[in-house]
Amino acid sequence: MVNLQQRRLILILCLMLACAALLSLLTGSTSLPLYAALQQSFSDVDGVYGIILTELRIPRTLVAMVAGASLGLSGAVMQSLLRNPLASPGLVGSASGAALGAVTALYFGLSASFSLALPLGGIGGALLATLTAYLLAGREAGPLTLILAGVAVNAFALAMVSLLLNLAPSPYAVQEIALWMLGSLANISRNELWVMLPGTLIGWLLVWRRGHDLDLLTLGEETAGSMGVALEKLRWRLFIAIGLIVGSAISVTGSIGFIGLMIPHILRPLVGHQPSRLLIPSALGGALLLLLADIGVRTIPLDTEIKVGVITSLLGAPFFLWLILKQRRSGS
Amino acid sequence: MSHLIGRGLGFKREGRSILQQIDLHIEAGEMLGLIGPNGAGKSSLLRLLAGVSAADTGTLTLAGKPVSQLTPKSRAQQIAYLPQLTEIAWPMSVERLVSLGRLPHLEDWQQATPEDEAAIEKVIHQTDLTAFRNRPYNTLSGGEQARVQLARALVTEADILLADEPVSALDPAHQLDVMALLQAYVQAGHGVIIVLHDLALAAHYCNRLQLLHQGRTLAEGQAEQVLTDHHLEAAYGIAINPPAAQSGHGFALPWRRIEADEKES
Repeated sequence: MVNLQQRRLILILCLMLACAALLSLLTGSTSLPLYAALQQSFSDVDGVYGIILTELRIPRTLVAMVAGASLGLSGAVMQSLLRNPLASPGLVGSASGAALGAVTALYFGLSASFSLALPLGGIGGALLATLTAYLLAGREAGPLTLILAGVAVNAFALAMVSLLLNLAPSPYAVQEIALWMLGSLANISRNELWVMLPGTLIGWLLVWRRGHDLDLLTLGEETAGSMGVALEKLRWRLFIAIGLIVGSAISVTGSIGFIGLMIPHILRPLVGHQPSRLLIPSALGGALLLLLADIGVRTIPLDTEIKVGVITSLLGAPFFLWLILKQRRSGS
Repeated sequence: MSHLIGRGLGFKREGRSILQQIDLHIEAGEMLGLIGPNGAGKSSLLRLLAGVSAADTGTLTLAGKPVSQLTPKSRAQQIAYLPQLTEIAWPMSVERLVSLGRLPHLEDWQQATPEDEAAIEKVIHQTDLTAFRNRPYNTLSGGEQARVQLARALVTEADILLADEPVSALDPAHQLDVMALLQAYVQAGHGVIIVLHDLALAAHYCNRLQLLHQGRTLAEGQAEQVLTDHHLEAAYGIAINPPAAQSGHGFALPWRRIEADEKES
């Protein structure tokens, strides 16, 4: 019965995601007659509708889905690994590390001469930051030490980003960095999709089949260890996975927060609080949320486009507050 | 059936010696009680046996094979560990928590088989958790939570069960229930090593006792050989009240469960 419940949730999320994807293809400054656009994309290489569909809308939709899925999945993994419902993928430094890597690439103008510099900088930064947090915490660290190490790495990475902003050579560079940090899916092309896919897929594969281990961590790290979980190996593996997944997503989209915190939290009661059963729904839910936020961005009638990262933060901040209040109520 | 045998086990933490030269063995169909004052090293010893921490000296073998050569999964199938009441991270239902005890028998991708379902069903019934099976763990009382964790350890059906103070949070009646469950587990051909603070329970239910003091074995054997005035004074600084000792019932349990047919009469 429980399994049926999970399958039904996955099916509903898939349907919602399909609807949102279709809506995303149709939404934008140019209204798109989908049938004509599809026809053009197969037969007429120079048709405007076909180009808009294949070069802009499809990549943007796919990147939103992949990045959202990555953030939702890594949030579920992080919360289960640290046994903490307030954990997020950014907590161990992946997001701020990605930001530092990408901003460094922007600052030194590497991205202008080498198009892959920004995403590679982001992925490298995220990996470096998560591994630093892991090594700082030490081999036998408890979740609290890991979180503290993450906070230290985050603080350092964000300070370095501020320093780079401070020292930026021109107002143009400052603007470029600042806008990137807001997080956006505008101007996404197929190239970005190809850039994010390898790291994302490797990261997803590393998480693959670790569900039982995450389930056993529910019982505490010591008990999980006695039940066959090689905790140190598991942590290495998942930290690397999260570095790759979050780095790949953020280096393409810019900083997008709160999806990894909100989605697993909302879905957890629907899967009976079991970590292994939370993974796929969280990925689907993350994809859905980012896609909807991006559709929202495109439909808000403002002269200046609101960045999608701003929308997720606007949703996320009050959600965090609600979580804290809930925690306080249950604690008292 | 497996024998778990430890020889010359030693363990240090931050340069301080926690356990020294501990010899220990357990066989199928036997309950060994680990007793000793707070800080004697009982829980550390259990963690060593469970594979949670590694011994600095000595050897540990299971059915003649060094435990260190077993894969973590194979070790977990044969040795189950029930630590002192631990915090559960998520408010999962009782049934799901108990079912986690079957994971050492499953591959990473595998769902529970009918055999697993049957084992879970049996243990939920034995531990009297049927009425709670769908309740979230965090809504249970301390005693009920202790029973859920015991059920989680029993359902693995490991040859050896290591239980760290499984009755310390329970009232006298539930203490007897848990001890009876463990006794039944032993009679079904398993071995149990249990850490107890209650010497009367230890004397009554365990086949053998091992008294630890300052990280070493002070005495080992039948209850009457271990629980002597000399040993108790050395380990705990206590003496048995003379009237109780003289009557020969120093460690007799002064209570028992009232059976259903007794209540009716």
